[in-house]
Amino acid sequence: MNRPPPLLVRYAENLFWLARYLERVENLARLIDVTQTFESPGHETESWYALVRINADEESFARRAGVIEPEAIKRFYLIEADNPTSITASIEAARTNARVLRPLISTEMWKQLNEFHYALMRLKPEELEGDALSRLCARIKEGVQAQAGITEGTFFRDQGWHFHELGRLIERADQTTRLLDIKFHLLVPREREERRLAELTQWGTVLRAAAGYHAFRRVAPVDFSPADVVAFLLTDGSFPRSVRLCLAEIERHLTELRVRYGLGGTLAALERVEEMRGAIHGLRAERLIVDGLHEFLDAVQRDLMLLATEIGTAFFREWRPPHQKQEAAQ
Amino acid sequence: MDVEVENPFLGYDPGPYFCELGSNRVGDAGAGARIRSRIGALGLDALRSRARAAETDLFNLGITFTVYSEANVIDRILPFDCIPRLITAAEWRHLEEGVRQRVAALNAFLDDIYHAQRILADRVVPADLVRGNPGYRPEMEDFPVRFGTYVHICGIDIVRDERGDFRVLEDNARTPSGVSYVIENRHLMLRAFPDLMAGMLLAPVDDYGQRLRAALTEIAPDGVADPCVVLLSPGIYNSAYFEHVFLAREMGVPLVEGRDLCVENDRVFMLTTSGLRPVHTIYRRIGDDFLDPMVFRSDSILGVPGLIGAWRRGHVALANAVGTGVADDKAIYAYMPRIIRYYLGEDPILPNVETYICREHEGLAFTLAHLAELVVKPVGESGGYGITIGPRTSRAGLEAARAALLADPANWISQPVVGLSVGPTLCEEGIRARHLDLRPFAVTGRDSWVLPGGLTRVALKGGSLIVNSSQGGGSKDTWVLAGAEA
Repeated sequence: MNRPPPLLVRYAENLFWLARYLERVENLARLIDVTQTFESPGHETESWYALVRINADEESFARRAGVIEPEAIKRFYLIEADNPTSITASIEAARTNARVLRPLISTEMWKQLNEFHYALMRLKPEELEGDALSRLCARIKEGVQAQAGITEGTFFRDQGWHFHELGRLIERADQTTRLLDIKFHLLVPREREERRLAELTQWGTVLRAAAGYHAFRRVAPVDFSPADVVAFLLTDGSFPRSVRLCLAEIERHLTELRVRYGLGGTLAALERVEEMRGAIHGLRAERLIVDGLHEFLDAVQRDLMLLATEIGTAFFREWRPPHQKQEAAQ
Repeated sequence: MDVEVENPFLGYDPGPYFCELGSNRVGDAGAGARIRSRIGALGLDALRSRARAAETDLFNLGITFTVYSEANVIDRILPFDCIPRLITAAEWRHLEEGVRQRVAALNAFLDDIYHAQRILADRVVPADLVRGNPGYRPEMEDFPVRFGTYVHICGIDIVRDERGDFRVLEDNARTPSGVSYVIENRHLMLRAFPDLMAGMLLAPVDDYGQRLRAALTEIAPDGVADPCVVLLSPGIYNSAYFEHVFLAREMGVPLVEGRDLCVENDRVFMLTTSGLRPVHTIYRRIGDDFLDPMVFRSDSILGVPGLIGAWRRGHVALANAVGTGVADDKAIYAYMPRIIRYYLGEDPILPNVETYICREHEGLAFTLAHLAELVVKPVGESGGYGITIGPRTSRAGLEAARAALLADPANWISQPVVGLSVGPTLCEEGIRARHLDLRPFAVTGRDSWVLPGGLTRVALKGGSLIVNSSQGGGSKDTWVLAGAEA
């Protein structure tokens, strides 16, 4: 075979977003599931509203739903296509990207996503009630995981795959920080012993939501502290959803694009990743909890956004024909 | 009904029409009878449940076209009928030859009217019909195309009359669609009805993509070692987007939209992650009007500014060429038999449906005398507008048609009502006779190649002669017998 086929800029962008939206769907299902588990008698509304806060959706929720109550929040995130941060909207966006990418992605990827989308578009309100909700979240997670598996096993690994993985990893790192942040918004009892126990349960649930509970058990000390959980989710070198591992993978994909495909535009993004890895690497979890975990997580989220912007500027928006540049300048 | 479950063909009656799955077809070596007995053995229930599963499969695979209605975007499958349509090896040789001849004549005609215009000077075709035709592009005059091929991809609609004679109903020389269904229908049959096909030697349909790519590579500008071919689509909102995806994949070439291309120094490039890459042949699935806002419709955002300039400089090839619409026009269609004789010195292998040209005295006289038996069509319209079907029109309606004919005879042609052939089709009531047509596809670079078979469309409504997907039509797999059966 001759040289690797070129990749249209538009496809690179669609691949990046396809993976991002799917990862977002999975993580939102994880967040909803964990919120459901956190729900404590008398404080349901506060628990559910935490979801709205960590997604910075307060304003949008007030505009679309009005009354703050658990059912409205579930609908807001699971059914309402009008809400751009809902699972429905994300799966719709993922499918639209996939549709554009049909010439490129495998038939099996398209078929699974098409069926998954079809199922999610037909959710009934009763599937959000009681124990059905947890099952629904599990189904949504599995749908995305099936897609990830099919992608792993069938998607041609040329440069397009690297853009796909970049989107997925950036979103995943971002979502891990949000999952960690949910703890920040939760109420805990005031009594000391009761508080200790409640916190333990909550951290355990956060870990379970991130699918990291058992791995954490293996590496954490017996009498673990909240700082150990924070350190695990942010800095563990082997946990697939840790921010550190995501950043290492992002760096690997950017480097591949640079070395194998000669894409010089990766330079700015590579520099930013290096900076971010430095910050994560030198992190002291105990200090972080005292100084302000929430602020730190916010900063990581901002950095990830800048990273995505740098990749976007370098590859998706830089190459525009002259006439379009003129239009943009007008 | 119970009896029909036992013998599914009990309620099947082709009536006066030619049956495409008749048990005594000449030269089918018993294939028709074998298919019927296999379907009989399956039984109606199994047939129905397999047909349903097959249609779900099509939907899940996204082998769909898109319908827009009041802000809703609906993906629909082209309804699929699982009872195949059969073409014998001898019939196919005849059809194939006829399609080649037709394509050769269409290309010769286009080459002539955009150069010397001999056919107009010789008054074989009226000059005003060509020069005044909305499909005629003066921009094309004296512009040479490779091998004299204008129509690289051609779809010819063919019907079969009561006697079983094949006749051409329409030429599609712009951007004909439907070929993806030919191949997907075959794959679907192989998945869902392997037992129906067992032991049948059918002409394969799988190399369409390769043939198309080869032809598009052939027509690329001279001196390009490894030409880059792309398929230009209007994008995901186009109703034929699935077919664009299908063809790009079968050819292994990028599917691009107008915004992926740019023109610099009269050369076309596509925007890739590693910069601008030259493009040499564009299989465009957008109409002439939308190709280049600098030359045609200035409000078009689907096209590429400067594309026509690059083409005229010979730096990029377009398939089909610009300006082919004049050749597949209804008014020109009537002259096709004469066009074939004029350029090729041969009689048409596939006759037209008999057509009376009302701008000619005899045609008008005949039409007026037989108004109640004929279909009268305006030449400039498409989509079935302005048509009067004599046998189904009231006396007042016929008088109105007569007045319109007399007021402007040149605007009209007339044809006898053709009783299209039928094939057994799975319907609500059971297996019934439904009318069919056939659209074979020809690919032409230096030479022509015709995909064996083509798209068989079927009118799913009883008695209906309209096979269009927009009007309740579906499709069938088309089986061309490759020769002796195994």
